[in-house]
Amino acid sequence: MKLSKVLTSVALAGSVAALSAPAMARDTISIVGSSTVYPFATVVAERFGANTDFPTPKLESTGSGGGLKLFCQGIGTQHPDITNASRRMKPSEFDLCSSNGVTDITEFRIGSDGIVIASSSKAENLDISLEQLFLALGKQVPNPDNENELIANPYENWSDVDSSLPNKPIRVMGPPPTSGTRDAFVELAMQGGCEDLPAVADMSEDDMEGVCHSIREDGAFIEAGENDNLIVQKLIDDTDLFGVFGYSFLEENADRLQAARLEGMVPTVENIAADEYPVARSLFFYVKKAHVGVVPGINEYIEEFTSAGAMGPNGYLKSVGLIVPPREALMDLQDKAAEMPNLKKDVLM
Amino acid sequence: MTDQNSQAELVRQSLKRRYRKERRFRAYGIAAIAVALAALVILFTDIIGKGHTAFIKTTITMDVAIDGEMMYLDDPTDERQMKMADFVEPLIQALIREIPGADQNDKAAVRDLINPYASNQLRDALKENPDLLGTTQTMTFLSHTNVDVYVKHANDPNYSIKLTEEERAWVDTLVEKGVVETSFNDVFFSRGDSRDPSRAGILGAIVGSLLTMVVTLALSFPIGVAAAIYLEEFAPQNRLTDFIEVNINNLAAVPSIIFGLLGLAVFINLFGMPRSVPVVGGLVLTLMTLPTIIISSRAAIKSVPPSIREAAEGIGASKMQVVLHHVLPLAMPGMLTGSIIGMAQALGETAPLLLIGMVAFIVDVPGGFFDSATVLPVQVFLWAGSPELAFIERASAAIMVLLTFLISMNALAIVLRKRLERRW
Repeated sequence: MKLSKVLTSVALAGSVAALSAPAMARDTISIVGSSTVYPFATVVAERFGANTDFPTPKLESTGSGGGLKLFCQGIGTQHPDITNASRRMKPSEFDLCSSNGVTDITEFRIGSDGIVIASSSKAENLDISLEQLFLALGKQVPNPDNENELIANPYENWSDVDSSLPNKPIRVMGPPPTSGTRDAFVELAMQGGCEDLPAVADMSEDDMEGVCHSIREDGAFIEAGENDNLIVQKLIDDTDLFGVFGYSFLEENADRLQAARLEGMVPTVENIAADEYPVARSLFFYVKKAHVGVVPGINEYIEEFTSAGAMGPNGYLKSVGLIVPPREALMDLQDKAAEMPNLKKDVLM
Repeated sequence: MTDQNSQAELVRQSLKRRYRKERRFRAYGIAAIAVALAALVILFTDIIGKGHTAFIKTTITMDVAIDGEMMYLDDPTDERQMKMADFVEPLIQALIREIPGADQNDKAAVRDLINPYASNQLRDALKENPDLLGTTQTMTFLSHTNVDVYVKHANDPNYSIKLTEEERAWVDTLVEKGVVETSFNDVFFSRGDSRDPSRAGILGAIVGSLLTMVVTLALSFPIGVAAAIYLEEFAPQNRLTDFIEVNINNLAAVPSIIFGLLGLAVFINLFGMPRSVPVVGGLVLTLMTLPTIIISSRAAIKSVPPSIREAAEGIGASKMQVVLHHVLPLAMPGMLTGSIIGMAQALGETAPLLLIGMVAFIVDVPGGFFDSATVLPVQVFLWAGSPELAFIERASAAIMVLLTFLISMNALAIVLRKRLERRW
């Protein structure tokens, strides 16, 4: 009999503890969103936790889209307070937010991230235009004999695309389609080199995206999963291979990797910040104003993020690879942090 | 006679071939085991080779002059002053004194050797004991991660050293002087996650795993055992119980991510439970381990010989007495083994936790079932994806810790089985 009593009481205690969970007040800031912003936001969160009496915010890396979806789910402490994004909020996402009562949002643009094409520093480097890059990696490219006709990508070596490029097989490792880095690479690099081609120029926007956003699937482009460290490792082992990833991974491995020149530009902090490097994107975070004052520390967290200690020219975010905004932009950000203006839908259009 | 002879001859002739066949068959088996062992050895050498250095930390021990003037601080009890005070300068000055040939122009380079959070340590020490102001204290700080990597991996081609030539020479002399030392990495076992590899620890993940497992065990064991007893001892044999049995067997094979989706929809969206907490993680893992426990418990109950039930019934025991006094104690070892193996499975699970928000950066070590937490395999996943190279060794070290837990749980299952099992 004793055993059964023990069992029943354990079962009861367990289920009571589990089911009586109230939608509790939360004292920890909950942040979701982009995996690109994650390495920067985590550093800020940790500093914030160490330097103030607030608990360290909790960060989930859900991807930009996933983060905004969670963020727009509604007001209340079971929903996140802040979401990070490696692209701007879409009007449709703004509508989703509004329909769930999340109307007061403040947007912060926190700097940029460049996407690099890198190889082992022992390899011959690429100096490539976006058009050549599209020709090398596009699924369908213009026929070399008839520029108005699209054919399946025939190029095997870089030198087949253009004789100035190395005589090596085209082999590029990059992120899978679920990745924000892949989205940005496709939109900025591939589309940038494709939309002005004569075969594509007259197409409708949807058809154009269909052609320009398709990466070849015949083995020249190798999908490597979300783990950029894996790509770095492969590049070091194989000097014929190129890899696509975020600038922070290049910086971390600066003495073993080199970055290809795109349109003649080397990805450096200055070039990316000045928008001269062609494959750079802005990073954002969005704050739910209804939670300010409900969850303690949100204002202070934003202050920490936008402080000169974090994002200034010698700030700690710079040392983890964020391309920090220029001084005026940082001043604007700090004003924004003080005023917390509402995001308007028309600026997203 | 000749017929028999020729048959015996035939057998004799084929004997050699049959022996050969058997030897080959055994060799296949040995080869299979060898492949499995080789895979295991490769896995372990790789993980231990990469991870063992994570158990070593690099520290800087120096005499810090806690000079109020230098820090713009004359009253450590004044909160506003503490906020504005400069806790970095005394550390830089202390280290410059230790480095022969370094002067005030090298401040920035010297600063690169000290852990960015060392100043917090000094601040906390002063907060605790304001009398330290104006004294000189011998204090030990973590080094910067770059120094840690240099000291441990100077000749390892897999790591890039991010110190300048000058800084490397400084570190070399500091190591000779005994200012920079390596010791057992207790930080790794006493802290939560951090973005600074040298401060990152696994305690947060261990506690998170423990809390999640407690919830899982407290729910899945009693429910699983109760379900098994009812199905095995009381339930009538009909279509309904057949249907239930098929479904339980089916559930055991459902991919774990499905349970995560279920947990998200039911516990978080419907019941409004918070994200990232061990309670929800435990509930989801309960759903996942329940079929395993029910199936193994039923097998254990089935293996109790019917003669024991009949004997008990024969001397007048009620059905419930038979079950509780005789069947259950005899089946317990098998049930425990099944549960421990189910728990070990749950301990290594990440996919369902992804959806309920336990794949997150959480610095503070969780203190209860409703605190945000992460678990061991998730910590491995997070570190393995970090850009900092120093996290690679920590990921491997975390795998070692996780494997230790898994091996001990499985060993416990074997011991329990050996100890308590009764043979008929």
